[in-house]
Amino acid sequence: MSALLTIADAHVAYGKVEAVRSVSLEVAANEIVTIIGANGAGKTTLLNAIMGVLPLKGRIGFLGADLTQLEIEDRVGLGLSLVPEHRELFWSMSVEDNLLLGAFRGTSAGSASAFERVYTLFPRLKERRKQLAGTLSGGEQQMLAMGRALMGAPKLLMLDEPSLGLAPIIVADIFRTVSELRSAGVSVLLVEQNAQAALKIADRAYVMELGEFVLQGSAAEIERHEGVAASYLGFQHAGESGI
Amino acid sequence: MLFLVQDGITNGAIYALLGLALVLVFAVTRVILIPQGEFVTYGALTYASLSAGQMPGTAKLALVMGIAAFAFDLFAARRLLRWQKLARAFAVNVVLPGAVLALTSWLAGRHSPVLVNVGASLVIVALIGVFLYRLAFQPLAHTSVLVLLIASVGCHLAMQGLGLLFFGAEGQRGPALADAAATLGPLRFTGQSIAVYGLTVAFIVALWLFFGLTVYGKALRATAVNRLGARLVGIRTSLSGQIAFLLASVIGALSGILIVPITTLYYDTGFLIGLKGFIAAIIGGLVSYPLTAMAALLVGVVEAFSSFYASNFKEVIVFTLLIPVLLLRSLAAPAVEEEGD
Repeated sequence: MSALLTIADAHVAYGKVEAVRSVSLEVAANEIVTIIGANGAGKTTLLNAIMGVLPLKGRIGFLGADLTQLEIEDRVGLGLSLVPEHRELFWSMSVEDNLLLGAFRGTSAGSASAFERVYTLFPRLKERRKQLAGTLSGGEQQMLAMGRALMGAPKLLMLDEPSLGLAPIIVADIFRTVSELRSAGVSVLLVEQNAQAALKIADRAYVMELGEFVLQGSAAEIERHEGVAASYLGFQHAGESGI
Repeated sequence: MLFLVQDGITNGAIYALLGLALVLVFAVTRVILIPQGEFVTYGALTYASLSAGQMPGTAKLALVMGIAAFAFDLFAARRLLRWQKLARAFAVNVVLPGAVLALTSWLAGRHSPVLVNVGASLVIVALIGVFLYRLAFQPLAHTSVLVLLIASVGCHLAMQGLGLLFFGAEGQRGPALADAAATLGPLRFTGQSIAVYGLTVAFIVALWLFFGLTVYGKALRATAVNRLGARLVGIRTSLSGQIAFLLASVIGALSGILIVPITTLYYDTGFLIGLKGFIAAIIGGLVSYPLTAMAALLVGVVEAFSSFYASNFKEVIVFTLLIPVLLLRSLAAPAVEEEGD
């Protein structure tokens, strides 16, 4: 498997405060990779820096191209897409228009097949296509944000906390969709606080703490790892005392 | 009485165009476009100069600004020189205004048809508008509304000074677009006023279609609604800004060309005309297009009546319109959402 996204020795800082320190990461084609960690570990910062929203120091390559000098818009053009934590939808525009603009940079801009693909993944969006994005429920907004990102036919989709503030049944729905994406040839880089759900669908995982990766491995390994289990999955292993 | 209303609506239609342009530019770029009035003056006086067989200085300004814009592009791309991109920037920023300058100097001194002069004036002012965004506002795109406003005032002053340099302190008039006239009951419609109505309505419909139906129009709206969201789908906010300024300068210049056969325009007249469009835009809350258009008609009618009955207080009365509107707005929306930055 060839590497899609490669990051080596990346640093991201807000002024003098380094939020991400010396991080190296790789995502291969057809792979779901998750970054788990507590609130404030720097996960969102890292995703924003990969997208170009924040400046990143270090090496970052995507499909052989050097991303460091490229603007957000050019990264989108290469096939990188971010569904941000706050979704950043066009609230006063219809669901359909939001999706249409998602294909703004795509070669098949707004083609019927692109719409069909998104509507098949999220039938709810088809029902609501004439509605304004601002009137959707939280789960529907998350679906729309993902749908909008998929309209541009990205090679790597980055999801920032897709489960945030959603009911468990909707979370399950969204995670099922994420795992379906892989069979459609889209790689996924998933940032989650809901580690349990993320590890279920991921191939590999990185554990982030205070701006650094402290652990990495296959999702199954990470899930079994005792420290991770105690910190993020809420399991208490026999013999360990509660904190 | 009726002719006052008619007069007011003719002026109001022009204010409506200007108000719509202001709302558009503010929504997309957060710039309060004070130099809108200069677009009016430049359009009007460029057209008048061309019609009088003179060479307008604005064509040279467009080329100078274009060269400066190209230098900016060159500087911005210094780390990543790509020939294809540079060639395109050179074509748009230097070759195009150069060709327009050549064409203008060829046109000047010749008796060319009205429509050719109108077209040339519109192109010249459109170029100035786009380059103005590139030079003054694109480098500041991330700053606060206040900084953009200060830059906007600076541009207004600079452009007004240049206007004095190009066109002199004396006023000019241009030839009418259409000579025909028709009488309907007590009202007399000149060809010019019919052109004003027709073009205003056509522009509003065209804008409405552009924003409602085309992908680029929607991309512009999206930039206005959520800048980060727009960038994340690959819409270049700088391109959106340039399109907004292009539309605003064309609208401004067209308004000027429509007015200059009716009234004498001086190098600084545009400012006051632009301000009246601004009142309409404020009444529309800088967001609502239909409210702005209606408010502009109201401003025009109030102006017509006050200049007839109390001409000394004409401007005072028109600008006083703002006070009840602002009062009402602040009462209606006590919790005003302040922008974060």
